[in-house]
Amino acid sequence: MMSRLLSLRDSREAASRGARRPTWWQLLMPSGRSLVTAIPYGWLLLFFLVPFLFVLQISFSEVEIASPPYRALLTRAEDVLNIALNIGNYSYIFGDPLYFDAYLSSLYMALVTTLICLVIGYPIAYTIARAPEAKRNTLLMLVMLPFWTSFLVRVYAWMGILDNEGLLNKACIALGLIDTPMPLMHTQLSVQIVMVYAYLPFMILPLFSNLVKLDGRLLEAAADLGCRPWETFLKVTLPLSKNGVIAGSMLVFIPAVGEFVIPELVGTPESLMIGKVLWMEFFDNNNWPMAASVTIVMLALLILPIIYQHKREEKALARAAQR
Amino acid sequence: MNGKNISWFGRVSLGLGFAFLYVPILILIVYSFNASKLVTVLAGFSTQWYSVLFNDDAVISSFGLSLKIALLSSTMSVVLGTIAGLVLARFGPFRGKGLFAGMISAPMVMPEVIVGLSMLLLFVELQQWFGFPAERGVLTIWVGHVTLCMAYVTVVIRSRLVEMDRSIEEAAMDLGVRPLKIFFLITLPIIAPAIASSFLLAFTLSIDDLVITAFLSGPGSTTLPQLIFSRVRLGLNPEINALATITVLVVATLVVGANRVMVKAEQRRTRLAVAT
Amino acid sequence: MVESSVHPAAGTAASKPYLQIVDVVKKFGDNTVVNHINLSISKNDIFALLGSSGCGKSTLLRMLAGMETPTSGRIILDGEDITHLAPYERPINMMFQSYALFPHMTVAQNIALGLKQDGLPRKEIDERVERMLDLVQMKKYAHRKPFQLSGGQQQRVALARSLAKRPKLLLLDEPLGALDKKLRQQTQLELVNLIDQVGVTCIMVTHDQEEAMTMACRIGIMSEGQLLQIASPGELYERPNCRFTAEFIGETNMFGGHVVEDEPDYVRVQTTELPRPVRVGHGITGTLGMPVWLSVRPERVGVSRQQPTAGGNWANGTVHDIAYLGGFSIFHVRLDTGKVVKASVPATRWREEAAPTWNEPVFVSWADTDAVVLTQ
Repeated sequence: MMSRLLSLRDSREAASRGARRPTWWQLLMPSGRSLVTAIPYGWLLLFFLVPFLFVLQISFSEVEIASPPYRALLTRAEDVLNIALNIGNYSYIFGDPLYFDAYLSSLYMALVTTLICLVIGYPIAYTIARAPEAKRNTLLMLVMLPFWTSFLVRVYAWMGILDNEGLLNKACIALGLIDTPMPLMHTQLSVQIVMVYAYLPFMILPLFSNLVKLDGRLLEAAADLGCRPWETFLKVTLPLSKNGVIAGSMLVFIPAVGEFVIPELVGTPESLMIGKVLWMEFFDNNNWPMAASVTIVMLALLILPIIYQHKREEKALARAAQR
Repeated sequence: MNGKNISWFGRVSLGLGFAFLYVPILILIVYSFNASKLVTVLAGFSTQWYSVLFNDDAVISSFGLSLKIALLSSTMSVVLGTIAGLVLARFGPFRGKGLFAGMISAPMVMPEVIVGLSMLLLFVELQQWFGFPAERGVLTIWVGHVTLCMAYVTVVIRSRLVEMDRSIEEAAMDLGVRPLKIFFLITLPIIAPAIASSFLLAFTLSIDDLVITAFLSGPGSTTLPQLIFSRVRLGLNPEINALATITVLVVATLVVGANRVMVKAEQRRTRLAVAT
Repeated sequence: MVESSVHPAAGTAASKPYLQIVDVVKKFGDNTVVNHINLSISKNDIFALLGSSGCGKSTLLRMLAGMETPTSGRIILDGEDITHLAPYERPINMMFQSYALFPHMTVAQNIALGLKQDGLPRKEIDERVERMLDLVQMKKYAHRKPFQLSGGQQQRVALARSLAKRPKLLLLDEPLGALDKKLRQQTQLELVNLIDQVGVTCIMVTHDQEEAMTMACRIGIMSEGQLLQIASPGELYERPNCRFTAEFIGETNMFGGHVVEDEPDYVRVQTTELPRPVRVGHGITGTLGMPVWLSVRPERVGVSRQQPTAGGNWANGTVHDIAYLGGFSIFHVRLDTGKVVKASVPATRWREEAAPTWNEPVFVSWADTDAVVLTQ
């Protein structure tokens, strides 16, 4: 999961000369090229795109005690094709405050996570980007290292700290800050802390690769023209790192909306995040149509940010290729 | 060009940042050597949880399964991802390229619950129509992991190809090498480091995946993350601390090692760039 | 292998054309990058395509190499139409601007790669690689990887690699563009000597006029996809056929005007920028009253305190600026008409008298034969 960052960094640093030059592959016979293209294309169509059609279809079906546990949309009885389109799942989602609240709180948690990651991540990314070149690589590796380890391990590490009998409470009591343990575990706060911890590198890496390209002479020029450091930051650095901020925020926000593991392990049982609702509908209630509807609504919420993010990436890559 | 020294502000933010990142992991490691069964009470040094771990058959067998799936899916995703990266970086525009690029990048940001559920529903439908795959297990997990991992591989390979000097391939063609042969003789050796790192990337993604695996696995196939998840759900467990410690140490060794190799390769490349 | 060490006399093109580019056009979408180019090059010629970036010279070179296909037109090499041959089928080799050495192969392997594609026996490949390494004096470095070489050494390996297959045509894309200035000047003549020694027909592309003039025996000036003039370096400088060439090659003073007297052996041009009509000592193909440009090179312009006695090609003005360049100085003289004329005056001119200084009134003058009339 973590590693998406490294790839991103690469894509941003990519550069090449001559954009419209045909490549040696274009000189291959067209048939050979389409054959080569067809392999990954076909895989993605079958295993990534087509599944969503099934999700859509099943989201309109009714739950049934059967295997699989849903009623087919199209049935054939006495040579008549019956289409049973059931919008009950959707009206349920929009009618029941449980779902509505779950979506709302997911969006809220993702947004707050994004903002906190930005506030924590920006100074770190900036410092590493401005560090002497010899140290830069090591610092970056140190930031990334925890995130190469298992995602579950990192969430688990916080469970011991946030536990009501855990280290944080014990430390606070020992220091005389509090008398009785604070309820930390299974609160909104615990989910928030762990989400920030888990998603921080998604913010730092795009920010770093953007800031590292910032020409240091611009900062010197701003200082030379009389800007104080914070003015330089507001007027030069921040506007120029806009792309990094947007990319990092997207990379944190989009997956955070659908996060399941963190609210499951450290979250409250009452306030649900939508990823957990989906999971429960599917695994606990065995209500596949409902899970499918929840998925479709989540997808509808996220599809625009996903497309936006994708277009930005493609544009950045095209710019890099033209350089 | 950039500052020679790190400012006090930088030192503070790095210090706090590293504390935030590393303290939880250090605590995790400390408690793995704790004699008490309670993960919140320190009670002397002991390696008992490690021996418990190494005698835990469920852990050993699920690790074996995870390793097998990770090797299989990273191999396949490197093959597919390299082809996809080549298509995107070298084939020029073709009809449907936008959709292709979109399908490549979407799995990287899309919440995993969405990807997992949709793939599961596909397999269920396929089973109803064709009776295949008969049950969920290694095969379905493999397909899921390959789909996820190939996206990452593609991005790495594509950006490596975009930054690569195209005249090197043209020079080979100019000297009489035919297109397909150019790929194996010139392109592949040059992007070999990128292929190796994308293999590692795919491997870690696969061996660490919980959510997609949960949707696509069957009764007989429990991977290591699934096992850890089911134990951790029940609460803190020193055996998991031991397992986590081993994971952290292995990963740290690998990452530091890989980083050194990459830094060396980078130095060679920049030296070349300076010379030309 | 050595066939000739003497160029065919510049501009004569006596031998039959070896390479013919016939009416070649290249369009990228609506954008015409190469516009109806016709060019003939004789055997063992070193020809330079000179132009600024984006003028289409690189695209033309890439069409010769086969990396691009012309939209229309034909390319004929040694009697064979190669327009639609794939790059790997052409008897043409190219030295790339970035040298494009294979980073994972040693110097020897780089040079051998092309030979291996021809299926030559191992022994012959080794011999030829050896000979090539000898030729470029890189024998010591045969087993080094490209990143272990300096820029100049990389350039020599790239040259050896492109010569190893004994191509009928050698293409050089900005051959020395990646080297620093000092090394470049030294390498230019070295490269010409090597090409002569091997005796290969060569087309180079460059934006550096010094490089083109030093290395090539004929130069084609390209602008906006068209070939404006093909001539020897001397001819290009002394007798440009159009305003673009005159301004592109070296420095010049340009005056706009029209023909007021048109005789077979001289013309007179009236321009608002000079006080009286200018007499130019060569005839033109044109009509009375036609608009023309007048080009006078700075080193042809004389500066004096006394009014010139002979000829009418003089004007008075004041020294506006002086750029002291050691061996000579550039005087910027502002005429009464407001026009600033540049005059490049050798230091030896000021032996008898002191050089004029800022704001001093002076006369500028040139001989009949020093100005060139440009009709386009």
